[in-house]
Amino acid sequence: MTADGSKATSSSADAPEVVPPGPPAALPAAAAVAPFSPYGVEVASRLLLGTARYPSPHVMSEAVKASGAAIVTVSLRREMVRAGVGRSGNQHTGQRFFDLIKELGVRVLPNTAGCRTPKEAIATAQMARELFGTDWIKLEVIGNDDTLQPDLFGLVEAAGALTSLGFKVFPYTTEDLIAAERLVSAGCQVLMPWGAPIGTGQGLANRSALKSLRRYFPDVPLVIDAGIGAPSHASEAMEMGYDAVLLNTAVATAADPVGMARAFAAAIKAGRMGYEAGLMPVRDMAVPSTPVAGTPFFDFDPEKHP
Amino acid sequence: MQLDRQGPTAIRLNGEQFETEARTLAELVASRGLAETAVATAVNGAFVPREARVATLLTSGDKVEIVAPRQGG
Repeated sequence: MTADGSKATSSSADAPEVVPPGPPAALPAAAAVAPFSPYGVEVASRLLLGTARYPSPHVMSEAVKASGAAIVTVSLRREMVRAGVGRSGNQHTGQRFFDLIKELGVRVLPNTAGCRTPKEAIATAQMARELFGTDWIKLEVIGNDDTLQPDLFGLVEAAGALTSLGFKVFPYTTEDLIAAERLVSAGCQVLMPWGAPIGTGQGLANRSALKSLRRYFPDVPLVIDAGIGAPSHASEAMEMGYDAVLLNTAVATAADPVGMARAFAAAIKAGRMGYEAGLMPVRDMAVPSTPVAGTPFFDFDPEKHP
Repeated sequence: MQLDRQGPTAIRLNGEQFETEARTLAELVASRGLAETAVATAVNGAFVPREARVATLLTSGDKVEIVAPRQGG
Protein backbone atom coordinates (compact mmCIF):
# COMPACT_ATOMS: atom_id res chain seq x y z
CA MET A 1 0.00 0.00 0.00
CA THR A 2 2.76 2.37 0.85
CA ALA A 3 4.62 1.48 -2.32
CA ASP A 4 1.45 1.90 -4.41
CA GLY A 5 0.66 5.16 -2.70
CA SER A 6 4.11 6.65 -3.29
CA LYS A 7 4.03 5.64 -6.93
CA ALA A 8 0.66 7.32 -7.31
CA THR A 9 1.71 10.58 -5.66
CA SER A 10 5.01 10.78 -7.48
CA SER A 11 3.19 11.08 -10.78
CA SER A 12 0.35 13.28 -9.57
CA ALA A 13 0.27 17.04 -9.70
CA ASP A 14 -0.18 17.48 -5.94
CA ALA A 15 3.02 15.65 -5.04
CA PRO A 16 4.87 17.33 -2.17
CA GLU A 17 7.18 19.94 -3.59
CA VAL A 18 10.84 19.08 -3.18
CA VAL A 19 12.96 22.21 -3.05
CA PRO A 20 16.40 21.54 -4.50
CA PRO A 21 19.48 23.16 -2.93
CA GLY A 22 20.07 25.39 -6.00
CA PRO A 23 19.61 27.62 -8.01
CA PRO A 24 21.01 30.51 -5.95
CA ALA A 25 18.56 32.09 -3.54
CA ALA A 26 18.58 35.35 -5.53
CA LEU A 27 16.93 33.56 -8.43
CA PRO A 28 13.33 32.50 -7.88
CA ALA A 29 12.41 29.13 -9.37
CA ALA A 30 10.21 30.87 -11.95
CA ALA A 31 13.18 32.82 -13.31
CA ALA A 32 15.19 29.61 -13.61
CA VAL A 33 12.81 28.17 -16.18
CA ALA A 34 11.97 31.48 -17.89
CA PRO A 35 12.86 31.56 -21.58
CA PHE A 36 15.72 33.70 -22.86
CA SER A 37 13.96 36.90 -23.88
CA PRO A 38 16.33 39.75 -24.73
CA TYR A 39 14.32 42.97 -25.06
CA GLY A 40 11.13 40.98 -24.76
CA VAL A 41 11.83 38.78 -27.79
CA GLU A 42 11.61 35.13 -26.83
CA VAL A 43 14.52 33.28 -28.43
CA ALA A 44 14.44 29.53 -28.91
CA SER A 45 18.18 28.91 -28.50
CA ARG A 46 20.59 30.03 -25.80
CA LEU A 47 23.47 29.88 -28.26
CA LEU A 48 24.32 33.03 -30.21
CA LEU A 49 26.77 32.31 -33.01
CA GLY A 50 29.24 34.54 -34.83
CA THR A 51 29.53 34.30 -38.61
CA ALA A 52 33.25 35.10 -39.04
CA ARG A 53 36.39 33.02 -39.61
CA TYR A 54 34.74 29.93 -41.12
CA PRO A 55 36.59 28.03 -43.89
CA SER A 56 33.84 29.01 -46.35
CA PRO A 57 30.41 30.66 -46.48
CA HIS A 58 28.89 27.21 -46.99
CA VAL A 59 30.47 25.82 -43.83
CA MET A 60 29.31 28.92 -41.92
CA SER A 61 25.79 28.37 -43.11
CA GLU A 62 25.82 24.66 -42.19
CA ALA A 63 27.34 25.42 -38.78
CA VAL A 64 24.59 27.95 -38.01
CA LYS A 65 21.97 25.35 -38.90
CA ALA A 66 23.67 22.64 -36.83
CA SER A 67 23.99 24.95 -33.83
CA GLY A 68 20.29 25.71 -33.74
CA ALA A 69 21.22 29.35 -33.06
CA ALA A 70 18.35 31.78 -33.53
CA ILE A 71 20.60 34.84 -33.39
CA VAL A 72 23.82 35.36 -35.36
CA THR A 73 26.23 38.26 -35.13
CA VAL A 74 27.27 40.18 -38.23
CA SER A 75 29.34 43.27 -38.94
CA LEU A 76 29.88 46.10 -41.38
CA ARG A 77 33.06 46.55 -43.33
CA ARG A 78 34.21 48.83 -46.11
CA GLU A 79 32.80 47.86 -49.50
CA MET A 80 35.15 47.43 -52.47
CA VAL A 81 34.89 50.83 -54.14
CA ARG A 82 37.77 50.77 -56.61
CA ALA A 83 36.48 47.89 -58.74
CA GLY A 84 32.86 48.84 -58.40
CA VAL A 85 32.05 50.43 -61.77
CA GLY A 86 30.08 48.30 -64.15
CA ARG A 87 29.62 45.39 -61.81
CA SER A 88 26.15 44.16 -61.11
CA GLY A 89 24.92 44.57 -57.57
CA ASN A 90 24.84 40.92 -56.61
CA GLN A 91 28.53 40.52 -57.42
CA HIS A 92 29.44 42.39 -54.26
CA THR A 93 30.76 40.41 -51.33
CA GLY A 94 28.57 42.20 -48.83
CA GLN A 95 25.39 41.61 -50.74
CA ARG A 96 26.23 37.91 -51.23
CA PHE A 97 26.89 37.46 -47.53
CA PHE A 98 23.69 39.29 -46.63
CA ASP A 99 21.66 37.07 -48.96
CA LEU A 100 23.19 33.97 -47.35
CA ILE A 101 22.25 35.20 -43.88
CA LYS A 102 18.71 35.99 -44.99
CA GLU A 103 18.34 32.42 -46.26
CA LEU A 104 19.13 31.11 -42.77
CA GLY A 105 16.03 32.79 -41.38
CA VAL A 106 17.73 33.83 -38.14
CA ARG A 107 17.69 37.13 -36.32
CA VAL A 108 20.84 39.22 -36.85
CA LEU A 109 22.73 41.08 -34.16
CA PRO A 110 25.08 43.54 -35.88
CA ASN A 111 28.22 44.51 -33.97
CA THR A 112 30.37 47.61 -33.81
CA ALA A 113 33.58 45.56 -33.81
CA GLY A 114 36.75 47.58 -34.11
CA CYS A 115 35.21 50.86 -32.99
CA ARG A 116 37.42 52.70 -30.56
CA THR A 117 35.31 55.74 -29.70
CA PRO A 118 31.64 56.32 -28.89
CA LYS A 119 31.37 58.46 -32.04
CA GLU A 120 32.58 55.62 -34.28
CA ALA A 121 30.35 53.13 -32.52
CA ILE A 122 27.27 55.35 -32.82
CA ALA A 123 27.78 55.98 -36.55
CA THR A 124 28.45 52.27 -37.13
CA ALA A 125 25.30 51.33 -35.23
CA GLN A 126 23.25 53.74 -37.31
CA MET A 127 24.66 52.31 -40.54
CA ALA A 128 23.96 48.79 -39.26
CA ARG A 129 20.37 49.66 -38.39
CA GLU A 130 19.74 50.92 -41.91
CA LEU A 131 21.46 47.99 -43.60
CA PHE A 132 20.20 45.10 -41.50
CA GLY A 133 16.82 46.57 -40.58
CA THR A 134 17.16 45.91 -36.87
CA ASP A 135 17.49 48.19 -33.85
CA TRP A 136 19.51 45.53 -32.02
CA ILE A 137 23.19 46.36 -31.73
CA LYS A 138 26.06 44.47 -30.13
CA LEU A 139 27.97 47.46 -28.83
CA GLU A 140 31.74 47.17 -28.77
CA VAL A 141 33.97 50.08 -27.87
CA ILE A 142 37.46 48.62 -27.80
CA GLY A 143 40.02 50.10 -25.46
CA ASN A 144 43.10 47.97 -25.97
CA ASP A 145 44.49 46.18 -29.04
CA ASP A 146 46.16 43.32 -27.17
CA THR A 147 43.28 42.33 -24.94
CA LEU A 148 40.47 43.74 -27.10
CA GLN A 149 38.90 44.68 -23.82
CA PRO A 150 36.08 47.18 -23.79
CA ASP A 151 36.68 50.82 -22.93
CA LEU A 152 34.02 50.83 -20.22
CA PHE A 153 33.79 54.61 -20.07
CA GLY A 154 33.26 54.93 -23.81
CA LEU A 155 30.91 51.95 -23.68
CA VAL A 156 28.61 53.55 -21.10
CA GLU A 157 28.61 56.83 -23.03
CA ALA A 158 27.79 55.13 -26.33
CA ALA A 159 25.14 52.90 -24.71
CA GLY A 160 23.29 55.95 -23.38
CA ALA A 161 23.46 57.77 -26.71
CA LEU A 162 22.30 54.74 -28.68
CA THR A 163 19.45 54.02 -26.27
CA SER A 164 18.19 57.57 -26.73
CA LEU A 165 18.37 57.02 -30.52
CA GLY A 166 16.01 54.07 -30.09
CA PHE A 167 18.56 51.23 -30.21
CA LYS A 168 18.33 48.07 -28.13
CA VAL A 169 21.87 47.78 -26.92
CA PHE A 170 23.71 44.52 -26.18
CA PRO A 171 26.92 45.84 -24.62
CA TYR A 172 30.11 43.77 -24.77
CA THR A 173 31.48 44.51 -21.31
CA THR A 174 33.70 43.06 -18.60
CA GLU A 175 32.54 41.44 -15.36
CA ASP A 176 32.83 44.80 -13.56
CA LEU A 177 29.73 45.35 -11.39
CA ILE A 178 29.79 49.12 -11.45
CA ALA A 179 30.16 49.29 -15.20
CA ALA A 180 27.23 46.86 -15.40
CA GLU A 181 25.15 49.13 -13.17
CA ARG A 182 25.98 52.14 -15.31
CA LEU A 183 25.05 50.24 -18.45
CA VAL A 184 21.71 49.25 -16.98
CA SER A 185 21.13 52.89 -15.94
CA ALA A 186 22.02 53.93 -19.50
CA GLY A 187 19.15 51.77 -20.75
CA CYS A 188 20.73 48.38 -21.48
CA GLN A 189 18.32 45.53 -20.79
CA VAL A 190 20.93 42.87 -21.61
CA LEU A 191 24.55 42.63 -20.48
CA MET A 192 27.25 40.67 -22.26
CA PRO A 193 30.31 40.22 -20.05
CA TRP A 194 33.37 38.56 -21.54
CA GLY A 195 34.46 35.11 -20.42
CA ALA A 196 38.02 35.87 -21.52
CA PRO A 197 39.57 38.07 -24.22
CA ILE A 198 38.06 37.64 -27.70
CA GLY A 199 39.47 34.71 -29.64
CA THR A 200 41.57 33.28 -26.80
CA GLY A 201 39.45 30.24 -25.98
CA GLN A 202 40.44 30.44 -22.32
CA GLY A 203 36.93 29.94 -21.00
CA LEU A 204 35.67 31.74 -17.91
CA ALA A 205 38.75 33.56 -16.67
CA ASN A 206 37.14 35.18 -13.62
CA ARG A 207 34.57 32.76 -12.27
CA SER A 208 33.92 34.38 -8.92
CA ALA A 209 33.27 37.80 -10.47
CA LEU A 210 30.97 36.26 -13.07
CA LYS A 211 29.06 34.52 -10.28
CA SER A 212 28.77 37.82 -8.42
CA LEU A 213 27.46 39.51 -11.54
CA ARG A 214 24.80 36.80 -11.94
CA ARG A 215 23.68 37.20 -8.32
CA TYR A 216 23.80 40.97 -8.53
CA PHE A 217 21.55 41.13 -11.60
CA PRO A 218 19.11 38.25 -11.18
CA ASP A 219 16.58 39.77 -13.59
CA VAL A 220 18.82 41.11 -16.36
CA PRO A 221 19.49 38.68 -19.23
CA LEU A 222 23.22 37.97 -19.07
CA VAL A 223 25.13 36.56 -22.02
CA ILE A 224 28.73 35.35 -21.85
CA ASP A 225 30.37 36.92 -24.88
CA ALA A 226 33.91 36.02 -25.96
CA GLY A 227 36.65 33.77 -24.69
CA ILE A 228 34.72 30.50 -24.90
CA GLY A 229 36.97 27.75 -26.30
CA ALA A 230 35.34 24.42 -25.47
CA PRO A 231 31.81 23.12 -25.03
CA SER A 232 32.57 22.59 -21.32
CA HIS A 233 33.20 26.34 -20.94
CA ALA A 234 29.78 27.09 -22.36
CA SER A 235 28.22 24.44 -20.17
CA GLU A 236 29.84 25.97 -17.11
CA ALA A 237 28.46 29.41 -17.97
CA MET A 238 24.99 27.92 -18.24
CA GLU A 239 25.38 26.04 -14.95
CA MET A 240 26.21 29.39 -13.33
CA GLY A 241 22.83 30.64 -14.43
CA TYR A 242 23.90 32.74 -17.40
CA ASP A 243 21.07 33.12 -19.87
CA ALA A 244 23.01 32.49 -23.04
CA VAL A 245 26.46 32.22 -24.61
CA LEU A 246 27.79 34.07 -27.65
CA LEU A 247 30.72 32.46 -29.40
CA ASN A 248 32.38 32.35 -32.78
CA THR A 249 36.04 31.32 -33.01
CA ALA A 250 35.62 28.03 -31.10
CA VAL A 251 33.18 26.82 -33.73
CA ALA A 252 34.57 28.57 -36.81
CA THR A 253 38.16 27.40 -36.38
CA ALA A 254 37.41 23.86 -35.18
CA ALA A 255 38.61 21.02 -37.41
CA ASP A 256 34.93 20.30 -38.07
CA PRO A 257 32.94 23.49 -37.48
CA VAL A 258 29.58 21.81 -38.09
CA GLY A 259 30.36 19.05 -35.59
CA MET A 260 31.57 21.61 -33.06
CA ALA A 261 28.39 23.66 -33.53
CA ARG A 262 26.42 20.54 -32.59
CA ALA A 263 28.67 19.93 -29.58
CA PHE A 264 28.14 23.47 -28.29
CA ALA A 265 24.40 23.21 -28.78
CA ALA A 266 24.33 20.04 -26.66
CA ALA A 267 26.65 21.47 -24.00
CA ILE A 268 24.59 24.63 -23.63
CA LYS A 269 21.41 22.60 -23.37
CA ALA A 270 22.97 20.30 -20.76
CA GLY A 271 24.36 23.20 -18.72
CA ARG A 272 21.03 24.97 -18.69
CA MET A 273 19.18 21.79 -17.71
CA GLY A 274 21.66 21.31 -14.88
CA TYR A 275 21.09 24.85 -13.68
CA GLU A 276 17.33 24.49 -13.79
CA ALA A 277 17.53 21.17 -11.96
CA GLY A 278 19.52 22.85 -9.18
CA LEU A 279 23.16 21.97 -8.63
CA MET A 280 24.23 20.50 -5.31
CA PRO A 281 26.28 22.82 -3.13
CA VAL A 282 30.04 22.35 -3.18
CA ARG A 283 31.55 21.20 0.16
CA ASP A 284 35.04 21.12 1.59
CA MET A 285 34.68 17.74 3.36
CA ALA A 286 33.67 14.34 2.02
CA VAL A 287 30.13 13.12 2.62
CA PRO A 288 29.47 9.41 1.99
CA SER A 289 26.82 8.81 -0.61
CA THR A 290 26.14 5.20 0.47
CA PRO A 291 24.11 5.07 3.70
CA VAL A 292 26.29 4.66 6.78
CA ALA A 293 23.55 2.99 8.79
CA GLY A 294 23.76 -0.78 8.48
CA THR A 295 27.35 -0.90 7.27
CA PRO A 296 28.50 -4.54 7.75
CA PHE A 297 31.41 -5.42 10.04
CA PHE A 298 30.85 -2.20 11.93
CA ASP A 299 30.74 -2.67 15.71
CA PHE A 300 29.00 0.15 17.43
CA ASP A 301 30.98 0.90 20.59
CA PRO A 302 29.22 3.57 22.72
CA GLU A 303 32.46 4.26 24.58
CA LYS A 304 34.41 5.03 21.41
CA HIS A 305 31.44 6.85 19.77
CA PRO A 306 29.53 8.59 22.53
CA MET B 1 32.36 77.25 -55.13
CA GLN B 2 31.18 73.71 -55.15
CA LEU B 3 28.14 74.18 -57.38
CA ASP B 4 30.02 75.60 -60.38
CA ARG B 5 33.38 73.91 -59.93
CA GLN B 6 34.97 72.32 -63.01
CA GLY B 7 37.39 69.58 -61.95
CA PRO B 8 37.04 66.52 -59.76
CA THR B 9 36.81 66.71 -55.98
CA ALA B 10 39.56 65.15 -53.88
CA ILE B 11 38.07 63.20 -51.01
CA ARG B 12 39.08 60.29 -48.81
CA LEU B 13 36.96 57.29 -49.71
CA ASN B 14 37.13 54.34 -47.31
CA GLY B 15 40.42 55.62 -45.99
CA GLU B 16 42.11 56.25 -49.35
CA GLN B 17 42.66 59.36 -51.46
CA PHE B 18 40.06 59.45 -54.21
CA GLU B 19 39.17 61.87 -57.00
CA THR B 20 35.56 61.98 -58.05
CA GLU B 21 33.37 63.88 -60.49
CA ALA B 22 30.37 63.13 -58.27
CA ARG B 23 28.78 66.21 -56.75
CA THR B 24 26.68 64.40 -54.19
CA LEU B 25 27.04 61.32 -52.05
CA ALA B 26 24.29 59.64 -54.07
CA GLU B 27 26.26 60.25 -57.28
CA LEU B 28 29.40 58.89 -55.67
CA VAL B 29 27.66 55.71 -54.55
CA ALA B 30 26.14 55.26 -58.01
CA SER B 31 29.52 55.90 -59.69
CA ARG B 32 30.93 52.95 -57.76
CA GLY B 33 28.15 50.69 -59.03
CA LEU B 34 26.58 50.52 -55.59
CA ALA B 35 23.29 52.36 -56.05
CA GLU B 36 21.24 49.16 -55.88
CA THR B 37 23.50 47.34 -53.44
CA ALA B 38 23.16 46.96 -49.68
CA VAL B 39 25.56 49.66 -48.54
CA ALA B 40 25.43 52.31 -45.83
CA THR B 41 27.25 55.60 -45.76
CA ALA B 42 28.90 58.09 -43.44
CA VAL B 43 30.55 61.44 -44.14
CA ASN B 44 33.14 62.89 -41.79
CA GLY B 45 32.25 60.35 -39.11
CA ALA B 46 28.52 60.97 -39.15
CA PHE B 47 25.92 58.56 -40.53
CA VAL B 48 24.13 59.70 -43.70
CA PRO B 49 20.83 57.87 -44.25
CA ARG B 50 20.16 56.50 -47.72
CA GLU B 51 17.46 59.08 -48.43
CA ALA B 52 19.77 61.95 -47.46
CA ARG B 53 22.53 61.00 -49.93
CA VAL B 54 20.99 63.01 -52.78
CA ALA B 55 21.15 66.21 -50.76
CA THR B 56 24.62 65.57 -49.34
CA LEU B 57 27.11 67.63 -51.36
CA LEU B 58 30.72 66.49 -51.44
CA THR B 59 33.41 68.97 -50.51
CA SER B 60 37.14 68.67 -50.99
CA GLY B 61 38.67 66.79 -48.06
CA ASP B 62 35.47 65.00 -47.04
CA LYS B 63 35.99 61.62 -45.46
CA VAL B 64 33.44 59.22 -46.92
CA GLU B 65 32.73 55.68 -45.75
CA ILE B 66 30.76 53.17 -47.82
CA VAL B 67 30.20 49.94 -45.91
CA ALA B 68 28.43 46.65 -46.54
CA PRO B 69 27.29 43.63 -44.51
CA ARG B 70 30.10 41.32 -43.55
CA GLN B 71 30.85 38.34 -41.31
CA GLY B 72 31.16 39.25 -37.64
CA GLY B 73 31.63 37.81 -34.19
